[in-house]
This record gives sequence, structure tokens and C-alpha cells, in this order.
Amino acid sequence: MQYLLSVIDDTAGLATPDEMAAIDAFNDRLVAEGHWVFAGGLESPSTATVIDNRGGEALFTDGPFLESKEHLAGFWVLEAADLDEALKLAAEGSKACNRKVEVRPFRSE
Amino acid sequence: MSVIDVREAITQVHHEEWARVVASLTRRFGDLDIAEEAAAEAFATAVERWPADGVPPNPGAWLSTTANRKAIDRIRRENKRGDKQKESQMLYGDGPPEPVGAVGDERLRLIFTCCHPALAMQTRVALTLRMVGGLTVPEIARAFLVQETTMEKRITRAKAKIKAARIPYRVPSAEDLPARVSGVLTVLFLVFNEGYLATGPGTDPIRHDLTAEAIRLTRLIRALMPQDGEVAGLLALMLLTEARRTARVSGSGELVTLGEQDRGAWDAALIAEGHRLVRERLAAGVAPGRYQILAAISAVHTSARDGRDTDWSQVVALYDQLVRLDPSPIIALNRAIAVGEVDGPDVALAAVDRLEDKLAGYHPYHAARADLLRRLGRSQESRAAYGKAIELAGNTAETAYLTRRRDQLG
Repeated sequence: MQYLLSVIDDTAGLATPDEMAAIDAFNDRLVAEGHWVFAGGLESPSTATVIDNRGGEALFTDGPFLESKEHLAGFWVLEAADLDEALKLAAEGSKACNRKVEVRPFRSE
Repeated sequence: MSVIDVREAITQVHHEEWARVVASLTRRFGDLDIAEEAAAEAFATAVERWPADGVPPNPGAWLSTTANRKAIDRIRRENKRGDKQKESQMLYGDGPPEPVGAVGDERLRLIFTCCHPALAMQTRVALTLRMVGGLTVPEIARAFLVQETTMEKRITRAKAKIKAARIPYRVPSAEDLPARVSGVLTVLFLVFNEGYLATGPGTDPIRHDLTAEAIRLTRLIRALMPQDGEVAGLLALMLLTEARRTARVSGSGELVTLGEQDRGAWDAALIAEGHRLVRERLAAGVAPGRYQILAAISAVHTSARDGRDTDWSQVVALYDQLVRLDPSPIIALNRAIAVGEVDGPDVALAAVDRLEDKLAGYHPYHAARADLLRRLGRSQESRAAYGKAIELAGNTAETAYLTRRRDQLG
């Protein structure tokens, strides 16, 4: 079962070197224990572009689709047996990156 | 057997067997929704047939068999419709069935799943009352003063989340167990408190149906986890509180304070049972948790034949212990009230006043201040504090009591 762990940030700053070191260590563990699927950190929301191509002509909008105090700063995609395991990993991930983490299951076919 | 006897038999079997039937169906079919529906259908069939056919010799087995058949019927129907997602939507347990023993009881899995920390507190309460307690959705909706459709949605959404996010159907591992048991007890205490001091303006001040249900479920957990001190503590606390139920509201519908209650009206059997549990925990020699300490405080109160005989220094000592465990301002408030009985209202008032920042919106804070100010002869300030308490209190009997007290001020 795969889960999306979204890193929710309410600051403008990127991860500090200490946070980066903790995230690297956490990622190594995810790989070693077979939980790792994919992960990535994102540039700030102000670098985003929204494209709407539902109407025949692709429209571009500068900035994120949602202006809010909190934004998505990065994510993990993990393999876990059930929600309890995913929540445990998310708790460690939250500690490592020093930010809130949302856990959401992928839809299974 | 008369029709009334059969109806009583069904009610009793419902109390005894509902959770077991739902739990074993959930285990077998891996789906809370199927389990709930099949159990409900099986009980409906019993209501239909037993008055004519008689109560079967083993009602629990009859219900399990009937419910199993109902569940299989539903799955067949859905498979015909080509529901290929069934398998992937199953709940996941942790391997082969465990031997049937106290901790292996299926009902424990059910309880821990319904009280999972990934569900909102009010959802946990609703789901536990439905799946474990067997209350109907309209009953639960009435209990918490929400629309039936709202409650139905809340429960449906919870079942869907349990399935989709794969909340496991199992008893948590030993390392997680204390925290998870404490989560279950929070749910039960919430149900009990809503019954003990109902908040709605249109409800009875005491909701016996809710206190009784909370006690019944806590007894069940106690039977399943007899070694757990906090489970015993919560059960004792509920019993010692329930014992005073009839004395807590006067004939005119006013709340009666502990000191003024008719102690002869207290339920001696419940008090004896509560005291036994408290003694059992003391003998265990393990550091007590908050429910055990609260139960011990209740035991001190219910040991005094007259309010004036209360061993208040013992109460203060127990609150000191509790404050170290739980430094919340509400505990500090209750401690201050006990201190008032030992060191006088002026000392207590000073301690209560220090809590203003944190408790300004909490009516017992103002009620406590009003009482202390009254005892100190500061009528005008007391009147204002009673006013604040009345404004914030939701319980009708409590409002009536506070209003009379205010109006009695010179």
C-alpha cells in the first residue's frame, strides 16, 4: 500500500543544513527498510505556474493555484503495510524535516 | 415465553452479543460496513422470528450464523454486479486468527479500530457507540444533538476512511498499547461525562442512558484487559460517580452539590464495587494514572458518612499527585477548591484567581469563585461571578442551582 506524505510548510525558508542532514538520514533508512518509493523537495510556491488547457488554448497563470499561509514544500511516496506504519514513518519524517506532514493513501486499483 | 419476555431476551442478547457478532464478521469479511449491516439484519430477523419460534437455545450462535449468511448474501449480490474492488478494499489484520483468550477477543480489535487516533474524537465516539455499543444511528444522533443525516454521514465517512487508508483491524503492539488504551478510555469518559452533565438546554440534566452505556462498555474493556490499572481506575470513577446519580438532582430539578447530597440515597452496591476496584489498584503497588487518582478522590468522598467528615487533607494530597501527572488548569482549579476546605476560602481564592487567564471561559471557574467570595462575605463580587457562571453553564440543573445561590445573596 502506498501513501503520499506531504510536507506542509508555513515559513518561507528552505530546509536548514541540520534539517537536510536529518532528512538524508531518514531517507537512507526508508531505502534500507524497503519503504522508499520516491521523494522530493520543492522550490517556493512563487516559482509555480498554473496551466489551464481545458478551453482550446493553454492559459498560463503566474504563481500557485492556491494562495494560502501554508504550502506544499516537498513530499515522500512510501510503501507501508497499513496506516499505523505510515503514521509512524510520517512522525519520524515530520521530526526530520521539522515541519507538519499530511498522510494520504493512494487509491488502490 | 410471553412476547414481553422474548423482547427482553432479545434486548439482553443484543447487549451481550452485538459487539461479538460485529467483531467476528469484520474479522471474517474484512469490512466494517458489511459486518454492521449483516449484524443489524440478523437482529432484525430475531425480532421477527423469535416471538413465534421461541428463543433459540444458543442465541449468540444463532445470531452469528444468521449474520454470516446475510453477509455472504450481500457479497454474492455485489459480486454479481462485478465489484472487483472488493478484495482491495478489505480491512487488513495481522495474519492468522489468534487463539481465543482475554486479549485475543475479537471485540478488542473492534474497539481499537473504532478509537483509532487518525479519526476525529467525535467520530471515534460515534463509531464506538454504533459498532461496539450497538446503538442505532438515530439514538447516537439524539445523544449528541445532531441531525440523523449528519450522524449517518459521519459514520459512513469513518468507515470509508478506515477502508481506504487501511486503518488496521488489530490490537496495537505492546509499545503502543498504553497510549492507545488511553485513547479508548478518553472516548468512554467523554460518553460518560455527556451523560453525567448533559450540555443541551433541551435535554435532561442527567442522561442515564449515556452513563449506563459508558459503564457497560468500560466493564467490557475491563473484562478484556483485567490487568490494566487505568481501565480499572476509569470503571471505579464511573461507578462512584453513578452511585450518586439520584442524589445529584433535587425534586425541583436543581443540581445538588456533593456536600449537600442525601448520602442515604447513594447506591451502596455501586460504591462498594468502586471501592473494591480502588483497593485492588492500591494493592497492585504500581504508580497510578489519572483515572486511578480521580477514582481514589471519589473514594475518599464516598467514604464519608457526612460531608463534614470528608478527609480533605487526603483529597488535597491526591490532587497534588494528580497535578504532577497532569498540570492542566482544570485540575489546578479542583485542587484549589479542596485546599479551601483545609486552609480556608481566602487561600483557595488566591489560587483560583491565578487561573483566570486560562479558565475565563470555563463556567466551573466562575462558580468556584462565586462560592469562595460568598463564603468570604464579598457578596457583590460573588453575585457578578455567579452571573458569569450562569451565562456559561449549559446544564439546566446547574443553571437552576447557580441562579438560586445568586438570588440568596443578601
